[in-house]
Amino acid sequence: MRNRNPQLNADGELTHLLTLEGLPAPIITQILDTADPFVSIGEREVKKVPLLRGKAIFNLFFENSTRTRTTFEIAAKRLSADVINLNINASSTSKGETLLDTVDNLVAMNADMFVVRHSQSGAPHLIAAHLDATRNTHVHVVNAGDGRHAHPSQGLLDLYTIRHFKRDFRNLSVAIVGDLLHSRVARSLVHGLTTLGTPDVRAIAPATLLPTQLQSLGVRPFLDMREGLRGVDVVVMLRLQSERMKGALLPSPGEFFKHYGLTEEKLALAKPDAIVMHPGPMNRGVEIDSAVADGARSVILPQVTFGIAVRMAVMSIIAGN
Amino acid sequence: MPPERLTDEQLPDAERVLATLAQRMAPAVAHDAAFVGIYSGGAWIAERLAAMIPGAHPVGFIDVAFYRDDYNRSGLKPNARRTELSFDVEGATIVLVDDVLYTGRSVRAAINELFDFGRPSRVELAVLVDRGGRELPIEPTYTGVRVEVARDRSIVLARSSEGVLSLDVERS
Repeated sequence: MRNRNPQLNADGELTHLLTLEGLPAPIITQILDTADPFVSIGEREVKKVPLLRGKAIFNLFFENSTRTRTTFEIAAKRLSADVINLNINASSTSKGETLLDTVDNLVAMNADMFVVRHSQSGAPHLIAAHLDATRNTHVHVVNAGDGRHAHPSQGLLDLYTIRHFKRDFRNLSVAIVGDLLHSRVARSLVHGLTTLGTPDVRAIAPATLLPTQLQSLGVRPFLDMREGLRGVDVVVMLRLQSERMKGALLPSPGEFFKHYGLTEEKLALAKPDAIVMHPGPMNRGVEIDSAVADGARSVILPQVTFGIAVRMAVMSIIAGN
Repeated sequence: MPPERLTDEQLPDAERVLATLAQRMAPAVAHDAAFVGIYSGGAWIAERLAAMIPGAHPVGFIDVAFYRDDYNRSGLKPNARRTELSFDVEGATIVLVDDVLYTGRSVRAAINELFDFGRPSRVELAVLVDRGGRELPIEPTYTGVRVEVARDRSIVLARSSEGVLSLDVERS
């Protein structure tokens, strides 16, 4: 039992979504397959199915996020769940309550699921392990981003988007560009791409933002963006987090855009049918030029639509296991 | 018409049953009724019926995975497909089509899903095989054949690569 993947139950089914690292390919594929019919729910007049009727889903956001919290909230509501948003910064923890005491209290209120974002890597794992230890195995955890570690639902929606436009991972070249060092989005996507058999994953960044461990995952590093974009099918731009600009990691936004900003001219080096992705929110003129962001090859807005369906799939799969 | 008692060796020919079902429906079904098949067997039959029965019949498909009543017991069924109703459900005459009618729970789920698309003026039910064993007050409007099989068996509709339908009994 000790060595069991903490995301899986005794039957090997997904019961928490904590990270894409080590998640078996059939489970990732099952989530992507399940997301497909959920996309069509969003296109209906009545954008709702009764699957999670009566379930209480708590959004526990210990770190600010409007977009991710909103997409999880929309997904839960389209599944007919009741959603409770807790603004943790302004509540119990500021009065000294520990994370696990907060969790125990919400379990006592008959919570069915926690969607957790935390600046500390591993916080969702800690909650999942605690629920297991306190025999609350009917309560599920979704990691909505923990520190620099993982953002699995974003990774899954990126995989869904790539599969939607490119069909098969087994002959793709994917370039991830920007601040890979601090990016849990990039880390989750790399694990997912690798598990699904993507033969060519590239990381394009200045040396200061390029984590060395990526190479052990089979990712090819490029300091020169033009070289790295040559012939790729998919370009994933990362948000340059302005808070990272304070350190000595980067010269200036203007300098970054010159070398690592995606422009039409640089994109011309990718395949003619290459797609451009971005997890949002984007900084126009910092990591991506407006002409590209709004261009024909941009799939940034479909990513947002698919993100809701992917989160519906995750929540309805884990709550049923 | 008494139900046929079945063993594994004595299954009715699905194509023959389909022809009977179409014959029974043809004089009674509205000429513009939409045929909505419940995945997967019902979808195959709905397509076939639309071609066999005179009139202009839009065809739609329902996957009831998100409306099932056993989600809290057995979780989400894998391989759910998109429900596709390309006609306006509001005010439509709809014939729900399924391969095997048993407990009635899939039909209940399909009716609930239909009503999330609009208010049909009339909903009928056509089934290839009625095997009894209802757990809900649901009865078919049109039936191909009534059969009896043991409770621990399932009747499964299969479709060959040439599109020929056949029935099998499996241990469930």
